[in-house]
Amino acid sequence: MAVEVRIPTILRQYTSGARTVAGKGDTLSALVDDLESRHAGLSERLIENGELRRFVNVYVNDEDVRFLDGLKTPIADGDSVTVLPAVAGGSAAQEVPGS
Amino acid sequence: MLTIRRDLVDAIIAHARKDHPDEACGVIAGPAGSDEPERFIPMLNAARSPTFYEFDSMDLLQLYREMDDRDEEPVVIYHSHTATEAYPSRTDISYASEPNAHYVLVSTRDEGEAEFRSYRIVDGDVTEEEVKILS
Repeated sequence: MAVEVRIPTILRQYTSGARTVAGKGDTLSALVDDLESRHAGLSERLIENGELRRFVNVYVNDEDVRFLDGLKTPIADGDSVTVLPAVAGGSAAQEVPGS
Repeated sequence: MLTIRRDLVDAIIAHARKDHPDEACGVIAGPAGSDEPERFIPMLNAARSPTFYEFDSMDLLQLYREMDDRDEEPVVIYHSHTATEAYPSRTDISYASEPNAHYVLVSTRDEGEAEFRSYRIVDGDVTEEEVKILS
């Protein structure tokens, strides 16, 4: 049994257009590594310098992993993982709060 | 070209005016593949800032789940600039993540007349497009 991962439109170029892909791993980090082995390029869009990118949201079931344990968040068979890019922007040219 | 109903344009401008001087943001969803904006969904600006906007992460999940269930997509993603022109900033361009969406910008810097413009933002390239308003 595996984990279902929902992929947003902008990252479907790495999944041959698939909206959901299956993966496995005990933690979010291991799951991303597993996905990268079949969908090369995906990992770099999610992770930067060993951290989840600031403007990518990942949810395990209904929880934002930032409020769990980030990339170390445990994953269990049957969990559902959703990736969504943040919808963000604004007139500030450079100073982005929280980045 | 963005084709959009007058009442939706008015709703976006009213939201931008209400949240001024903070930036306002939201989505107009429409049937997937239709390119027709139909359902006005104002979002909370979690940053509550005059120079930055971001959808709250839980609101974002709920929004996308709801659109999925209804077979919709974000046809329009809008936000306001409250002291500058209605043109995408570098921040807007770097975080734009819906290549199929019309990015609408409203400027509320002029109290009398709101500027309403629409863009495509794909891979860091900005293209302004014509806006056709249906009355």
